[in-house]
This record gives sequence, C-alpha cells and structure tokens, in this order.
Amino acid sequence: MSGRMNWRGIAAIYRFELHRFGRTFWTSLMTPVITTSLYFIVFGSAIGSRMTEIDGIPYAAFIVPGLIMLSMFQESIFNASFGIYMPKWTGTIYELLSAPLSSLETVIAYVGAAASKSMMIGLVIFATAHLFVDVSVAHPLAMLGFMALIAISFCMFGFILGVWAQNFEQLQVVPLLVIMPMTFLGGAFYSVSMLPEPWRTITLFNPVIYLISGFRWTFFGKGDVAIGYSLAFVAVLLIVCMAAIGWVFKTGYRLKK
Amino acid sequence: MTNIISISGLGKAYASGHVALHSVDLDIREGEIFALLGPNGAGKTTLISIICGIVSPTSGQVLVNGRDIIREYRHTRTDIGLVPQELYTDAFEPVISTVRFTRGLFGKPRDDAYIEKLLRDLSLWDKRDAKILELSGGMKRRVMIAKALSHEPRVLFLDEPTAGVDVELRKDMWAMVRDLRDTGVTIILTTHYIEEAEEMADRVGVINNGRLMLVDEKEALMRKLGTKTLTLHLDQPLGAIPDALSRWDLTLGGGGSDLNYRFDAKTDESGVPTLIAALGQAGIGYHDISTRESSLEDIFVGLVHSQDGGQEAKA
Repeated sequence: MSGRMNWRGIAAIYRFELHRFGRTFWTSLMTPVITTSLYFIVFGSAIGSRMTEIDGIPYAAFIVPGLIMLSMFQESIFNASFGIYMPKWTGTIYELLSAPLSSLETVIAYVGAAASKSMMIGLVIFATAHLFVDVSVAHPLAMLGFMALIAISFCMFGFILGVWAQNFEQLQVVPLLVIMPMTFLGGAFYSVSMLPEPWRTITLFNPVIYLISGFRWTFFGKGDVAIGYSLAFVAVLLIVCMAAIGWVFKTGYRLKK
Repeated sequence: MTNIISISGLGKAYASGHVALHSVDLDIREGEIFALLGPNGAGKTTLISIICGIVSPTSGQVLVNGRDIIREYRHTRTDIGLVPQELYTDAFEPVISTVRFTRGLFGKPRDDAYIEKLLRDLSLWDKRDAKILELSGGMKRRVMIAKALSHEPRVLFLDEPTAGVDVELRKDMWAMVRDLRDTGVTIILTTHYIEEAEEMADRVGVINNGRLMLVDEKEALMRKLGTKTLTLHLDQPLGAIPDALSRWDLTLGGGGSDLNYRFDAKTDESGVPTLIAALGQAGIGYHDISTRESSLEDIFVGLVHSQDGGQEAKA
C-alpha cells in the first residue's frame, strides 16, 4: 500500500466499475442518445416549431441543458446505487469490508467511477444535441465544473440509495418516482417565468429548478434563478450527501452487522 | 512459537439481541493449522467475520500480528485472506480479472508472475479467461481461494472450506492447505466436518453457543479425552452381562455376540488383562478381538452434548 491512502484499492474498484460499464457500453450510451434524439424530435421539432423562443433563446437550444441534466440525474443515481448494491446482492461485499480500505477511499472509488460514467453520458448527449440544434456554451469551464459537481453529488445520493435499498424495486423507486417528476417539473422544458402564480412560487420549492437553472446559466449566461443560489444549492447537496455517507460508514448501516 | 492472532474478551451481540459470542479468549500461533469446530450457529463465522472486519465486535479486542484490528485495520486486513463459506463471486468476470481485482483492493501492485503461479497451483491457469459463471462449484471454490491468497496474506481463514464439495476435491484441498502451511501461512479453518480437523489441524478449538469450550493440541486432546473400546467377538451369544463381570464397563452388541469394553486409554491400568482372565474363569469363549480408538468426532459430540445438557439442567 502506498502512503496513507490505498490508491491501488481505489483504482481497482474504479477500473472494475468502468469495466462493468464497458460490458454494456453500447446499451449504456445508445439509450441516452436515442432518448435524447426522441426528446428533440418531440419537443424540439414538434413543440419547438410552435414555441420559437424562451427568453430570447431558440426553444430547441433552450431544452439542451435540461435534457443533459435529466439524463445525468438518472444515470448518476442508477450507476452509483447499482455499483454498491450489486456487491450487497451477490455477497461480494465481504471482500470490500475485509479490504484495507477506508470509507473515504470506498466512496472516492465508487462515486468517482459512477460520476465518470455520468460525465461521459452527459457529454455524449451534448454531442447528440449538436446533431439537432446549434447550441453554444457561454461558459465552457463552468459547464464542465457544474456537470462534475452535479454528477458527484447525485452519485453520492445514489450511493446512499444503494446502501439503503434491500431489493431492486427500492433501487428504482427514487429515480423513477421522485427524481424524474421533479426534473420534469423543474424547468427542464420550460422557463419558470412562463408559469402563472401560484405555480411559479411553488416551483421554487423544487430543488431541481436550482440545478437546471445553474446549468442553463453556463450555456446562455441566464437562468430562472441567480447562479449564486444554484451554486449554494449544489454545495448544500454535496454537504448533506457527504454527511449521510459519513454516518453510513460510521454506523455500518446496512453494510456491517 | 509467537502468536499471530490474540483474541481477548471478544463478545458479539446482534441488534436482534442474539448473543453470538460470549467473551472469547483465543491465541493462534504463527504457522499452525487451527481448526475451530462447532455445530451450526455456534459462533464460528461470527468470530472470523469480526477478525476480518466484516462484523463489528460488541466488546473485547483482537490483535493480528500485534496490531489492533480496529485502530490499525489497514495493517491487519493486509495480513489476512478470507475464503467465505458461500461462493460469492462476480459471475460475469473472468477468473484472472477477479483475482487481480482482489490483489489491487488490498493495495498490492500488479504482479502477473505471482498471479500465474497462484492460478497454476490451484489448477486454474487453463481457466484464467473463463467467466466465473462457466465454472463448476469446485472450480469456483478454488477461485475464492485464489482471491484470498492474491495479496499474499500471512493468515488465511477458511470458513467451511469443503462444505458441499466432493470427496476428491476435499482431499485436494487438504493437500493444498498443507502446502500453504509449509510456505509459512497460518491457517484457521472452521468446520463441522470432524474428519477435516482430524486430518489437518495442529490444534483444535471447540466452540458452542458462542463459548469457546476447549483449545488444545489435536494429539493431546485425543490423548486426554480419548477412550478406547475393546470388542470381543464371542463364541456363544450372551443374553446379559454376567454378574462376575459387573466391575468392568461392559456392553453387549451384535445381538449379544459382541462384548464391548470401554476404557480410558490414558491410564496405565486399562483393566484389559484382568477382564480377559475373568472371561476365562467365567467360561466365556471368544474367537476374535478388535480395538477402536475414539475419534475427534466422539470427543466433540461428548463436549457439545455435555454443555447442552448443562444448559438444559440450568434452565
């Protein structure tokens, strides 16, 4: 083991997780590509032809950040939860628990691998979007940074979900019944300013609005809420997830008997 | 011989309230094969799971090579390899990848030469690129052993290593365990196959209801607690033990054709010569004599039953 950190252990898990992704590479990548294409056909072409611009942005371009976020939320949660749930399900978790790995190293490995996959998928969707619409990025570095932060925080959330889940149904409940509706209602396909009151105010209680708005800001330099609020929300999400993961490892919740 | 593992006052109570271990004290010597015997649910797996870091102890301390398993887990876990009872594997992974993965997980640099030797020793080299799901049960168990040895541990835990494997593979495993011991690896195996402990162990511990009942050298244990049974195959069957022979611990078997005498093998005065003389005086003839030494299984069953009986009496 080199130094204080078990970097080889982290690398082993990271490679293993990416290898698992590689086994289903085409399915993993083609699914979001096809889904995104369908969104562009339905929303961009069919609806977009009637709704030409939002806040001065062509509608087809306007929905690009929301579509990327929608896939990244789901992929981050799915990949990270599946990554830690599978060893629990197959029993190979014994190996992880008996290895000289700290909780930090375990999280870096699993969340790092899941976040890498999400970033890849996010970038593939971005590339796919270019096939349908001409969209430029006002703040490219901020866009990549925001994507990374979103991927990491949602992967941590997914990791917690994977630890908590005791069957495959529980693994699916949160992404499908909570995250997807919140994303649809979080301004992925419209601007909050288009909503009448009281829906506009109610929407502001949906945390996803701050994430999509922040990401949209990196594209167009404007969003539904100020970028500061979006960054603050991402920071809070990160801190809450880190605290929850720290508690999971401290208590051994659903990992150790 | 130095102790590679020192366990003191180790206790474990699960959240359900079940107490799996009651203040266990145990030392494992470096380089030995130690067999932990006990019936199902005795606490064997809980004990090794705590040492390996899979289960948290409620009380007590475990030192591996002088280091605490909780405070200095990086060092202690690096020293330990575990082969669990169940065949937990990543079914879609090729053999060589999963073994390399475990080595990396334990912080060791890639070493293809060592992995090749390990797989060859375990007759897995030809299957190195096969997915685990394509292997037989025996092969999967070998993969589990290869994974446990991939990071070159000093201590190897084998939890019921031959549960559900055929006789041939069991004997292969015994030979492999002995070879490992010869390379200096300390081996702790849990089993409820007494034959396994009798065949391989240097020392034996018996655990039941979470309490370590006894630890001793296998040979010494059999000497101390072992008994012998002398069987005389009679010319004429007996209906009952004659009064003249009542001072010996005799029983009849084989429909009265066999006269069994159970005696303490460790005493100088076995009573056999006087019994033979008494049989002659009583006019009881016999045409053959055989003796049987009690096995570890007899000792184990006796110990477990005496504890269970004691607990029932207390209840």
